Amino acid sequence: MAAQQHGMVEKRGMGIWLTHALMILGVLIIFFPIWLAFVASTVTQPEIVSPPMPLLPGDQFWENYKAALFSGVNVPVATMLFNSLVMAIGIAVGKIIISLLSAFAIVYFRFPGRTTFFWLIFLTLMLPVEVRIVPTFEVVAGFGMLNSYYGLIFPLIASATATFLFRQFFLTIPDELAEAARVDGARPMRFFIDIVVPMSRTNIAALFVILFIYGWNQYLWPLLITTDPEMNTIVMGIKQMFPSGDDVAEWPVIMATSILAMIPPVIVVVSMQKLFVRGLVDSEK
Amino acid sequence: MEKRVTFRGWLLPLALIAPQVIISAVFFFYPAGQAVWQSLFIPDPFGLSSQFVGLGNFEFLLSDKFYRASFVTTAIFSTLVTLCSMIPALFLAVIADRLIKGAGVYRTLLIWPYAVAPAVAGVLWLFMFNTRVGVVSWYLGQLGYDWNHVLNGTEAMGLVVVASAWGRISYNFLFFFAALQSVPRSVIEAAAIDGAHFWRRFFTIVLPLLSPTAFFLLVVNVVYAFFETFGVIHTITGGGPQQSTTILVYKVFSDGFVGQDLGSSSAQSVILLVVVGLLTVIQFKYVEKRVHY
Repeated sequence: MAAQQHGMVEKRGMGIWLTHALMILGVLIIFFPIWLAFVASTVTQPEIVSPPMPLLPGDQFWENYKAALFSGVNVPVATMLFNSLVMAIGIAVGKIIISLLSAFAIVYFRFPGRTTFFWLIFLTLMLPVEVRIVPTFEVVAGFGMLNSYYGLIFPLIASATATFLFRQFFLTIPDELAEAARVDGARPMRFFIDIVVPMSRTNIAALFVILFIYGWNQYLWPLLITTDPEMNTIVMGIKQMFPSGDDVAEWPVIMATSILAMIPPVIVVVSMQKLFVRGLVDSEK
Repeated sequence: MEKRVTFRGWLLPLALIAPQVIISAVFFFYPAGQAVWQSLFIPDPFGLSSQFVGLGNFEFLLSDKFYRASFVTTAIFSTLVTLCSMIPALFLAVIADRLIKGAGVYRTLLIWPYAVAPAVAGVLWLFMFNTRVGVVSWYLGQLGYDWNHVLNGTEAMGLVVVASAWGRISYNFLFFFAALQSVPRSVIEAAAIDGAHFWRRFFTIVLPLLSPTAFFLLVVNVVYAFFETFGVIHTITGGGPQQSTTILVYKVFSDGFVGQDLGSSSAQSVILLVVVGLLTVIQFKYVEKRVHY
């Protein structure tokens, strides 16, 4: 009994193998859809349309990916990848800048309407673009922003996730630092640039990851405002590759495109993993 | 949750907050206001003029059985997505937390689906369960089960729930795992010395310490299920069969853009605005008191 308890706290003993086995099982189940998509992107169309399809990769990798990247179905996937990249980076950088500024104002100042502004911003956190698509579409059309990067980016900056997270983080910055800055006669913006922003590095990096993925993975908005295939983003473009009616879908090319659509966000998440996870924890304290 | 030390002045903070407020006003509050305004009118079939009907659109919606069905569908869908994404995530995080070696490797692998767009996840799951070429549906067929989410509403719902929850397991796992890692070892060890076994420690110490994380995740998962799953539904079922997977957001889209029924679509937007606004306030007021921070 005592040994067992000891083992649980110290994480040793027989249970460790079971723990690993459970973990591996979990990973396999969760990974299976991605593996299957990868396999489908390396085989020929006939191999897929006569089920069951193989569960190990074939030899059509280059053919399928070349076909997807440079021809695609409606537009080369390379074009859609570029559009997605511009949109994702635009949203991430734009949101981080406006959110740092507004969170700083809300946390470090008492000004008329502060609470109201906070709740107004907070409201946008809860009400994504999907709710107000028709009027937002009209606004963007009115500005002549259809089929443009501005139209893809601006309406999606108008939400408060980042402001909310920065506010949470700023609240954890010790008061002594602001006190010291004030005693030294430092102006608020000096304090912001010299202390607050550098301390927020981890959070900025973490938010960049989150927002990059948020922007990259947008679906409904690009679907509405990019009627020109040249402006399609990759995530919304995949669905457009399915034929209407009874024609058989070009599965290998579609699955290659799905894999290509995953690669940039996966690289961002996996490579910035440590920073990202630390940022998440910090922002929650 | 307030700072004791603040800076003086009100012009600077207003200038700092201005970009966000302006963008929110132009692309959020103005369109939301427009939605409210348009919800009071019925445009004529040619879109040339519109007639003021007051709350007519709302009255029609609330008596419309399809709209009420969509409410129920949304409730079922978001509950299932939240449960199916949080419980496996907590389970995996508790397991991973017990490992000293290898936890990082598992985390790196488990993180992948988080990066996969809901619409892409939809395509992946559609591919597995496709009635003509799907691997899983084929093997189910071999076992004597005839899978057809194109015709069967329950199967369609099951498929969009799983496809929606799948990517969220990663997200929730990351938060739970990070929270578990930050539980002080000394507290756990002290409890163990006092004779508390694993589950006792888990429910009396670990879970309360996890509650802010769980609450945060509850909110974001419900919001996710409400809004961000559009891509999953659009790619897999298109709201069908017989509207069995038409959640509220999907209905705003299909009535507004496909059906061109602006009045009804706007009224639906307004109802969604109110529902989600209330949900948020209630959740925060109610749960903040109970959650250990």
